[in-house]
Order: sequence, then structure tokens, then C-alpha cells
Amino acid sequence: HTHIYTVEQVKLLDRFSNKSVTGTLHLTATHLIFVESNSTSAQEIWILHHHIASVEKLSLTTSGCPLLIQCRNFRLVHFVIPRERDCHDIYSSLLRLLRPVSYDELYAFSYNPKQNDQEREEGWQLIDLAAEFERMGVPCDQWQLTDVNREYKVCKTYPRDLYVPITASKPIIVGSSKFRSKGRFPVLTYFYQEKKAAVCRCSQPLSGFSARCLEDEHMLQAISKANHNSRYIYVMDTRPKLNALANRAAGKGYENEDNYSNIRFQFVGIENIHVMRGSLQKLLEVVGTRSLSMTDYLVGLENSGWLRHIKAIMDAAIFLAKAVTVEGASVLVHCSDGWDRTAQVCALGSLLMDPYYRTIKGFMVLIEKDWISFGHKFADRCDQLDPDPKEVSPIFTQFLECVWQLTEQFPQAFEFSEWFLIQIHEHVHSCQFGNFLGNSQRQREDLQLKERTYSLWAHLLSEKQNYLNPLFSPSVAESHPVLEPSTQAYHFKFWRNMYNQYDRSMHPRQSILKHVLTLQESKRELEGTVQALKTKLQKFGVSTSPLKPQTPPRERSLPPRPQSLILGAPLLSRKEVQQEEDKEVFGEEAREDAPASTGGERTVEGSSATENGYGELMGSFGSKNEPGVVTLEFGVARMTC
Amino acid sequence: MELSEHIKTANVEDVTLRRPFHPALRGTLCVTSHHLLFSDRKDEASWQLLILLKNIDAIEKSIENLFGYPRAVGSSGTITIKCKDLLVLQLEIPGMEECLNIASSIEALSSLESMTEMYPFFYRPSHLTLHGPWGLSSTEQYYKQTERLWDRWRVSKVNSDYSVCPSYPSAVIVPREVDDDKLIRSARFRQGGRFPVLSYCHHRNGMVIMRSSQPLTGANKKRCKEDELLLQAVIDGSELGYIIDLRSAQQAQQARMTGGGFESKSCYSHWKRIHRHHERGKVVQESLTKLVEVCSDPSHSVDRWLSKLENSKWLSHVHSALSTAGLVVECVERDGHSVLVHGSEGTDNTLLVSSLAQLVLDPASRTVTGFLCLLEREWIQAGHPFQQRCAHSAYSHARLKQECPIFLLLLDCVWQVWRQFPLALEFSEALLLRLAQEVYASNYGTFLCNSEQERCAAGVKENTHCLFQSLLKPDIEEQYLNPLYEPTDLAIWPSVHPQSLQLWTGMFLRWTEYAQNMEEAREEVWSIVKEHRERAGPDRTNNTLSTHCDTLTPFENLMDELTIL
Repeated sequence: HTHIYTVEQVKLLDRFSNKSVTGTLHLTATHLIFVESNSTSAQEIWILHHHIASVEKLSLTTSGCPLLIQCRNFRLVHFVIPRERDCHDIYSSLLRLLRPVSYDELYAFSYNPKQNDQEREEGWQLIDLAAEFERMGVPCDQWQLTDVNREYKVCKTYPRDLYVPITASKPIIVGSSKFRSKGRFPVLTYFYQEKKAAVCRCSQPLSGFSARCLEDEHMLQAISKANHNSRYIYVMDTRPKLNALANRAAGKGYENEDNYSNIRFQFVGIENIHVMRGSLQKLLEVVGTRSLSMTDYLVGLENSGWLRHIKAIMDAAIFLAKAVTVEGASVLVHCSDGWDRTAQVCALGSLLMDPYYRTIKGFMVLIEKDWISFGHKFADRCDQLDPDPKEVSPIFTQFLECVWQLTEQFPQAFEFSEWFLIQIHEHVHSCQFGNFLGNSQRQREDLQLKERTYSLWAHLLSEKQNYLNPLFSPSVAESHPVLEPSTQAYHFKFWRNMYNQYDRSMHPRQSILKHVLTLQESKRELEGTVQALKTKLQKFGVSTSPLKPQTPPRERSLPPRPQSLILGAPLLSRKEVQQEEDKEVFGEEAREDAPASTGGERTVEGSSATENGYGELMGSFGSKNEPGVVTLEFGVARMTC
Repeated sequence: MELSEHIKTANVEDVTLRRPFHPALRGTLCVTSHHLLFSDRKDEASWQLLILLKNIDAIEKSIENLFGYPRAVGSSGTITIKCKDLLVLQLEIPGMEECLNIASSIEALSSLESMTEMYPFFYRPSHLTLHGPWGLSSTEQYYKQTERLWDRWRVSKVNSDYSVCPSYPSAVIVPREVDDDKLIRSARFRQGGRFPVLSYCHHRNGMVIMRSSQPLTGANKKRCKEDELLLQAVIDGSELGYIIDLRSAQQAQQARMTGGGFESKSCYSHWKRIHRHHERGKVVQESLTKLVEVCSDPSHSVDRWLSKLENSKWLSHVHSALSTAGLVVECVERDGHSVLVHGSEGTDNTLLVSSLAQLVLDPASRTVTGFLCLLEREWIQAGHPFQQRCAHSAYSHARLKQECPIFLLLLDCVWQVWRQFPLALEFSEALLLRLAQEVYASNYGTFLCNSEQERCAAGVKENTHCLFQSLLKPDIEEQYLNPLYEPTDLAIWPSVHPQSLQLWTGMFLRWTEYAQNMEEAREEVWSIVKEHRERAGPDRTNNTLSTHCDTLTPFENLMDELTIL
């Protein structure tokens, strides 16, 4: 890393208490790094420049110049830099670094995980969408692959390979695309083989108040005819009706049921990107409040409207899944441009219908298909380059949250745990891997991402162990392939581990999930040792009878203290173990080549009760030293079950 | 009046029973002195529902054909039964008169006042004997077990006839240097005679948690030398103690107008007072009512749900109870000071805070036995007026002034701690749910009466069975064990950020939503853990294996050399 600045004696203030630690702040070309001076704990915080959403220099105080940094992964750090000059230098350098002017400046183009070209290529080949459509049973007698968009001539924001009904001829496709906003004509995104029902997606029609397009009508007809199970197709407009009506004035709008034969038209009412942006803003304000009262929390949560929006998306996905799996009807989903709400609903709907998407690999495929290839504008929505605040919106975050809400309702249905979702979220914003760069496939090809950057999916798969849900049961998936979530209000919970993920004091101190993972890990280790022994014995030509483990000494003997669980660690080495644990949870980030963010920032747990929010004892004791014996030895196992 | 005189119709046939998660059933309904019995008519494997009448909080009846002809064919009534454990049942009873009779019997029998007519005095299961030990612990036992106390503390029998403090047990632990006369004087200076007594002694540093009621300083700032000496003796030489007053400073001031008050700085110079406002009585009771109302109404949208949840304030009570308990723990464990906890009467929030603090501090109170002992010492013997507080639960319209679900609040707080430390408690949620049920309606005598004195007078120990004893029978205790339990000696500080606290769904939504997925997942966790336990202690096997591996290595090298040769 190229060093730019080093400032000593910088204070890092805790967000929710009066605690602070002192350390050294380093600014490099890619990261802002804080290293605590206290040599025994020596925690480090690595913040990737791309993760920084805003930097604010507050007015000078007696102890120094405060610098407030807000990150897209919901981290908030508050530094106090002794000299204003240093603060200003850091501030202005950060401002410059935060605003890369070209894609080449993004971290992905300099990030090098020490892989050779072949490994990199293999990484990019992990997810194959053609194979995915084949898995669904497409092409088939009713659906075909069209080459109409091979050169991105019909629609710039779609991928090259598109699947359409057999009966949709090229003129129909081209005609339809001219009648759809941004040329995004109806194409297949998911095929429910059991009922031959299709989930298709597109953008809004340019119908205005009265315009018609015969080719577009034919297109919908063709989709309908491709499914013999149902006489009609659903057309889901995921916008609130009012928004759709307003669009008519701009020459856009929605399908007129009179012009299209056999469609059932339905509004769903998911709000637009601006409403979602504002809602998240409010949510973060609430959960970032110091000494938040229960009343303010619940009222604030409600007023932010965030969970209501999550529920709206979930409702739409459930509607979609029901129409397809129960009625066997095909569904066409659109919103305005068909790359935000449409992506949310199609992806979530497919996830409800198909257990494959609930596996680690399948979930990657799903994101690759409905989000990346169909042109969700990651660059704009995640503010990667050329910032336009009006385009930024947490659309993908909402999708991840919907999936999390499902994992809470169906603890055995998903192969992955919430850490997988959080890790994906981290990297959507990190610009460390090529997958989410740019706004469309075409742009990604222009950037030669596959040649110049690495794939996140390969990286995540390489540390799959960290993201497994130990309770995952494939047999449950077999017996209940379609998820039918409840949408009762109390099922929509605040996702603390996402939005307060860096607020360590908030997280449960012990975790069932982690405990179970540890047990399984020790089981694997044991089996490994047995295997090694057998191999060695065989080497000598000794025939191996299965080793009989000793019989359990007592019936209710407690499980051994697993090494990684802080509980069993001696008091003195607590902090080391703490860091070890951090590495475990965020294995990837502790590796030297990928020091992005998380790191050891989390302070020694529970050393101060005030951190837990009990309110502080009033004066009269002078300044108290931290107690010699720290009470919370568990560290923060940041997992819940 | 004999109990049976309340029963005008004992049996009704052809009754339809509706309950959550199950299809409607037809069968026979039967009212006895203490139970409502429903049994379906299938002869083999007949299914029965037995409900303690005391468990019924409210009933509603709706009679069809009320203004038509009496006994008209097809006239029927529906009784909705709302239980104190929050279950709601519906019974469709053919015949208007039968319906009205049943309803009035239930109404009369479910609100019996007379102690000796209560079911625990009649409950005589064959597997239990009345001569067994009653209760798990006593003040004396606690004293005996706690070596740290022997030096500076003693057991006082000053209250052996309950004349000094009617709501205290006969024995209490007080500083050794304070004699019984001083205690009597201190008691006169405290509301209800609840002078400061020891509640807990921290095993790590010998600091103590004391509890009492408010001092009766009154408007003209009365003092009591003995009370001051008593508290002085508690801290004995150490510089300072904390008084956690569970009222706001303003409320404490106001209390002086009605004869109550607080420990003034000038009289108790070594004690520092901290005020923490806690709601009590009616307010908490209404919270429960509102909460249960919200939870049983499925129609709310996301927004209304949160605002109604907020409006009930239940989670705010959970939040403040845990925060104040945390504060006490902070004083004792981190800063090494003794603490006195009191509110006004010292029988409700005081017990809540002191017992929660002990759960956080003391590993011994996190086992099944230890937790039950804690409840026995800190709630039953310490004189929480169970009979008054738990006369009704969330549904009853007949509000008495004394009701307050403080004990339920305690169970909720314990559940929150368990959520954050799923390995630290030996018992599971099932035990908390069982206790929540038993405290309102029980076969056992444990939660009867308001104090030890009353229990003595009513002969509870001689004539009823003890719940805690029966919970500890091995085959029963097993149902309440937490398979993940791994004892730890450390304090378990819960986080009290609102984001870390949750609605206790297992309690408040247990009849609203059957969480099959969660149930299956829980079983899966248990089976993984059990499988692991049944395996040979892997660490040892592992070591043995590794040793074998090591011994093999030289041979391996030797072999390699041979091969080269």
C-alpha cells in the first residue's frame, strides 16, 4: 500500500458510550487504517475507501478536530485528531480518494489475491447462466434462446442471451422492445418446470393514455400460449397505482386490459427508489441514536416505514410464487424500468419456489441472473462512480433483507447463514471484486472485468465453511420445495446484525449457531485425524480395523471446550482469542491480502458496563480504571440462531 | 356454601370445542369443583382437556335466540374461555339454560376467595407424598452455604413470630454487629417493617445486595439512628455503598408527603443514592392487558403492530428492569461496592431488580435448582404478595387494585438473558413458560398466599405439595433442561440496547402462531448437541490419536530410509 499520511495520537470515540481509544491513523491509497496504540490489544480497523459514504469535519473541540466517517456497510467511526491541520489534510485527501473519476481507479483493478490467470478464469466460470436455464428445462418445446440481442442492439441493458417463447418472432420482439421503456421487452427469467409456468420480466409499456402496440400484444399472447396450464397470464405492475398513473402523462404507463387478451393485471405497491432511500436514512438515524429508549426505538422503526417496505416486497414475491405454483399461471413482472422492483420480486419469488436458490451456489446464480445480468444498476445504486445522490438506493440491500427475514422463519431451509448475506452486502459496496461493477453486462464487457478483476463468487466459495447454516436440511427442502412465509407483522424484525453490525455491544454474547458450528468442526477434525492414522497404517501394510473410540465416561458429560470458543480460553489471552475469533467469523478479511474493514475494531467486550447501556454511575469515583478481571469472556459471537 | 352448590349443570353432551391450531371437536363437557373437563366421545384413545377453573381469567357468553322461546329446539350458546396462561377456548353448548348454568358455575368457581378451598389443598397425586420436604432452601441454608458471610453477618430470628415485619420470613441475614433491638427500631422506620436485609453476597468480592422498603422520613425529615447504623454496618469501613431507589427523584420527594421518603445524603453520608424510575402496579398490569390484546389481534399491518407494541409499554418495562439490574451488577461486580435496592414497599420491583442482578452475577443461580432456590428466597420467602398480584391476568375485566404481573416481567427478563446467553442457563424456555402458568393457577401450594406468615397460618406446607420439589424430580427436570448448557463462572451482562431486546414470542404468541419450523430447528440443534455428547470425549480421543500419529512418524521415516537403500 502506498502510504499517504500517518497521524499519531488519534482518538476513536465509541458511538454509544463515552469510551475512546487512542491510536495511529494511516491513510493509504486504498484504505484508512486505525491501529490502537495499546500494545496488548492492538486492534485495527481497516476501512476501504469505497466503503466510505461520507466524511464530515466537525467544528474544533478542546481535544482536537473531530472527523466523522459514515460507511455504506453501516459502520460509523468518529475520530478526534489532535491537530486541525492533520485533520484537514486527511479530510481533503479522503474527499479526493472517495470520488474516483474512472473505473480504473476502483479497488478491483488493483486488488490481487495472488492467483494466476487460470485460477482467475476458473473463478469467473463458476457461475454459468446457460447451464442455469438448462437446469430449469429451457430451451424446450415452448421456449427458445434468441440471438436478437447478441450485439446489444435491441436492448443495451439486457444480457446477450435471452429466452423468449418459440412463437415470438424477431419482428415481434423488436416491435415489442420499441414499445417498452429502455427497450426492455418481456423475457423469461424463471421457468417452473412442474407446471410449465414462466416468470417473465420487462419494463413499463409506452402506452401513455391510449397508445397500443400490436407486436407487444402479440408478445404477451405468445407468453400466454407457451403455457397450456392456464388460459391467462398475470401482469404484475410492482408500483403503486398512483405512480403508474402519473407515468402515463409522460407517455409511459401500464397495460390496458382491454388491449391485451387474457391478462390479469395487478398493482402491487412497492415504493420507488427515492422513498426507499429516505426510509433507510430514517432507520439508520433511529438505530444510531445514543441511549435510545424503547419507545423511541419502536416509534422510530415504525416511522421509518422500512419494515413496511420489506413486507411489500415480500407480499409481491408471495403473490408471484402462488400464481405460478398454485394456479400454474405464467407471470409477467415489471415496474418502471424493470431493474429495481422487478429484480427484487422476480428473484425473491424464484427463491420461494425453487430450493436450489436457497443453497450457496444457487443463491449466487440467482443474483448473477436476476440482478447482475438483467442490469440492476449496481454502479448507480451503490454509488460506485460519478455520484448522483438521486440514483443511490438500497434496493439490493432490501432483497438481502427479505432473504434474511425468510431465514428467520425457515431456519432449516437455507444452506447459508446470515453471514453470507452480510458478506455479499459488504462486497457489493467494496468494489474489490469485478462482479458488481458497472450498470450492465455490456458495460462490464467493455471494462474487460473478467480479464482484469477477480470474481467474488470464487472467493466466497473458497471459504464456504464460514457461511454454512448448520441446521440446513435438504430433506426439508424436498418435502416442502415451495416456501409459504407468513406475513404477519410480528414476523418482520429489525435486522440488527446488518444495520448495527459494527456496534459490538449490541450483539448476543453467545450464539447457538456458532456453538453448533464449533461442534461440527471438532467432529470433522476428529475424523480427519482418524483418516490420517489409517493412511499411515496402510502405508506399513497394517490392516486397519476401525478404531474404536473410548466409551463415554459419563452419560451427561459436557462437550469439550472448543478451542475457538472464548469461553474456554484462559483469562490472560482473552484478547488474542478475541482476534482469532474475528478472523474466524470474517475469515476473509483477516487475510493479509484482503484487509477490508471488519478486522479487530471490536473492543474488548463488556469491559465497561456502560457500553451495555445501563447508564453510567454518577461521578464521585473519579476516573475508574478498567477492571482487572473482565466479565465478559465470550467475546461477541456475532451470530444468532 | 359447598363448592358443589355452585354447580347447577354438571354435564353437557354434544359440546363443540374450538381451540387454536386444532380442528373443532365434539364431546362431553363436565364441570367439577376445581376443573373444567372436556372429553371427546370416541371410546378408544379418548382425548381429554382438563383446565383448572382457577386458570380461567374471563369468560364471555353469547346466547343465540336469547329473546326467542326458552328451550327452543336448536337454541345454543357459546362460551369463550380466556385463560390466565393466555389460551382462548370456545365452547358451543346446546341448550340455552345449560350454557348459562355452565357459565355461572365457571364464574363462581374460578374466583374463589377462600384459601383452603383452593385446589392445591385437594391435589393428592399417587406419586407424591405430603411428608416429603417442602421447599428447596431457607435463609439458614443460604447462610450456611455462603462462607463469605460467616465473619461479618448473622442470621437473626427477630421476626420469628412475624411481629417485626409481617411480610418477611422468620429468619433474615443482617450485619453481625447490629443486634435485634436495633433491627426492631429500624423496622419501625421502614414501610411495612421491611428493614434492610441481605439478599445476595457476591462470591467474588464479598460485596452484598441488600433490599428493604422505603424509609418513613415523612415531611419533617425524621431520622432513625438504628437504621443509619444498620446501613453503616453493611459497608463497614469501605468508603461507599449505593442505594438504588426504584423511583424517580421526584416521586421519592412526593412520597415524603405521605409519610414515606428516601435516605438523605446528610444522614447516610456513606451511601450514594441513584434514582431509576420504574412503573408499578396498575400501569404494568395495563401493559400486559394491552400487549396481549395486540398479540391476539392478527389484523394489524406492520406499522400498526409496532405502534401498538410500543403503546403497551411492556418492552419498556423489560428494558428498565434489565437496565437497573445491570446497574446493580455494575456497582457490585465492576466497582466493588455494596448496594441497597428499594422502591416504596420493597415487595415488587425491588425483588425484580435484585433477583435479576443475582442471575447475572451468580453462576449458582443459573442452574435449575439454583434458579428455583433464587425464586424461593427472593420472591416467595421475601414476601412478594403472589395471591394479590396474580389474582387475574390479561383478560379479566374485574380489575382489583392489587394486581400486577411483576413476576411475569421477571420471567420475560430472564428469557431475554437466555436469548443473549443461550449456553449460560441450565434451564430452557420451557421452565419459564411452566412457571408463568403455575404462578396463576397451580396444583401446588408454592405460589399460594402473600407471605410466609399467611402460608404458615393456612398450613400450606402441611397440606399442599411443593412445585419446586416436584420440578426437580429427575424425569420432570429433564424436560426443562437446556441441552446447550455450559456453566461459566463469569457474570453475564446482557445488552440492554432496545435493538437487543425482543418480544417474548414463546409466551405472548404461543397460541397465535404455531412455529413448527422453529420447533424443528430447535430439535435439530438438540440432536446435533446430543450426538456430540454421546461421542467419546473427542478431545481425549483426539489426543490419543495424535499421540499414535506421532509415534508412527519415526517408523515412517525409517521406512522411507529403507526404501531409499
